[in-house]
Parts: sequence; C-alpha cells; structure tokens
Amino acid sequence: MDGVAQLQKQLVDFTDSLFQEGFLDEQFNQLQQLQDESNPDFVVEVVSLFFEDSERLLNELAKALEQKTIDFRKVDAHVHQFKGSSSSIGAQRVQKVCIAFRNYCEEQNIEGCLKCLQQVKLEYSLVKNKLETLFKIEKQLIAAGGSIPT
Amino acid sequence: MATSSSSSSSSSSSSSSSSSSASMGDEKPHVLAVDDSLVDRKLIEKLLTKSSCKVTTAENGKKALELLGLGDGQRTFNNNVCKVNLIITDYCMPGMTGYELLKKIKESPSMKHIPVVVVSSENVPTRIKKCLDEGAQEFMLKPLQLSDVTKLRCQLTKFSNPHKGMLCMGR
Repeated sequence: MDGVAQLQKQLVDFTDSLFQEGFLDEQFNQLQQLQDESNPDFVVEVVSLFFEDSERLLNELAKALEQKTIDFRKVDAHVHQFKGSSSSIGAQRVQKVCIAFRNYCEEQNIEGCLKCLQQVKLEYSLVKNKLETLFKIEKQLIAAGGSIPT
Repeated sequence: MATSSSSSSSSSSSSSSSSSSASMGDEKPHVLAVDDSLVDRKLIEKLLTKSSCKVTTAENGKKALELLGLGDGQRTFNNNVCKVNLIITDYCMPGMTGYELLKKIKESPSMKHIPVVVVSSENVPTRIKKCLDEGAQEFMLKPLQLSDVTKLRCQLTKFSNPHKGMLCMGR
C-alpha cells in the first residue's frame, strides 16, 4: 500500500509541476476526462499521435527553411498545424512559440523563423520528455495495483 | 482515409450528462467530422462517442462529399450513403476549406437540411459571419470541449424531435 501511495503522490506532484511550469494547460485535463474504462489508453494514444505529427512537421519546417527561396506561406501552414495540434493536447509552451513563429512568417523574417524553429524544437522535446515521464509513472502506479487519481 | 466507428463501447458509460440513452431517442445521431489533423480527428471522435453519437471522420472536404454522395461523378441519391444528422467541419483545411465544404452542402438539394457546424482555432469575426451567412448552424472555437459537444447533441435532439428535446437537461 505504501508503494502505491508513494507513486500516487509522485504522479500528482509531477503533474502539478507540469501545469505550474506551463508545459501543460487545461486542455490536457480535458483529455484525461475523456479517458475511461472503455478506452483506458486514450491519452497515451492521442499524445502518441501528437508526437508522430510533430516530428513530421518539424522535418517539413526544417526542409522549408533550408530552401534558397523560402516559401513563407508553406512554413506558416506547417506552423499553423503545429499550433493546432499542440493546442489540442494542451502543450501550452509549444503553442506559444508557434504563435510567435507565425508572426515572423507574416513578416517574412528569416532570422526570426529560424530562431523560432530552434525554440519550438526545444519546447517540443521538453514536453515530450515530460509526458513520457508522466506515462511511465502512471504505468508503474497501475503495475503496483494502484489507480490513476482523477 | 475516412474511418467509421460506432460507439458501442461507451453507450452505457458513466456520463455526466443527465440524459440517459433511453430518453434520448431510438437511434444515436450520426455525425460526420471533417478535419485534416489526425490529432483533432481522434479528439472529436472521442468527444462524440462519449456524447453517444455515431461518428464517421473524413480528412478532407473531398472525402466528406464522397461520403455524403456528393462527390464528382456520384449520383445524387446514392443508396450506400449513410444518413448523417450533423456535420462538424474544421475551417482551415488544405484544398477545400470548411467554408467551401459548407457551401457545397448547402447547395445540394439532398443535403442542405443537414446542420453544419464550423470549427476553427481562430476567432475571426469576418470568418464567423461568412460561415453563418452561408447557413452554418454554429461556429465554434477549437479545441472543442465535452460541454460544447453535449450542447450540440442536445440541439440535435430538439431539432429532430421537439418533444424529446425537453428531456435533455444537458449543460
């Protein structure tokens, strides 16, 4: 029982920190509320889709910004998608960078765009790391016989 | 690719909506959700199945029209077309936008009666007005929440069945 209580506390504390540090926002809570016994892996599934999608978008963005003549509309289209998906799962810091990124696209500011690409890559890898840790703790908790506190 | 899913697993889940499936009517409403984002399609599908709807998703306007029997070269009254009670479409999509899809639906004698809800991550008043003027039932901001979908679900019941609508006390 001690093990479970400890893991539960670890989970709650870790989740709280993610919200406090702005990695996640209310939308992530919405995702968790949609998870139930009939679909206990829903959050992991959606987040996995987000990871796949993000990696694709980051590749596209890198390619688009490497071109001799940059097509800013194309870059903007990718950033718009990234902004959308990060918003849908509650990845707040990623979303914020995307907003700045779009502004640079509108201004056709190459340097700004390149800076944002680096930033969004960083924020993405940070939140990915955090979420993977979160899922790991959840798995440990369930394996120890506990349940995820709602 | 369009995917079809029925909500058999969640029909009796503990939903916080005060309307049980018995009082909501005999059949679940069938919703066609159109969005180019894989993440958003998964989300909307879950939101809808959790609200006791049958869901079909499409990744673009062209596929959505085909599902409705309005694709190029299709006969208007295609018997293979499933009955759809509501269409939810994203506004920003490559190729055909949600607005263009809305227009095509409202121009079709067989489909124009189907309510269309347009969703967007951007709150642009001219965009909203444009969609509403074209006949959109509603314009909603993304990301959609369960309360938004519950509200739509409720409106659907009232729309199709004024008496049963009174039993819906959703948020």
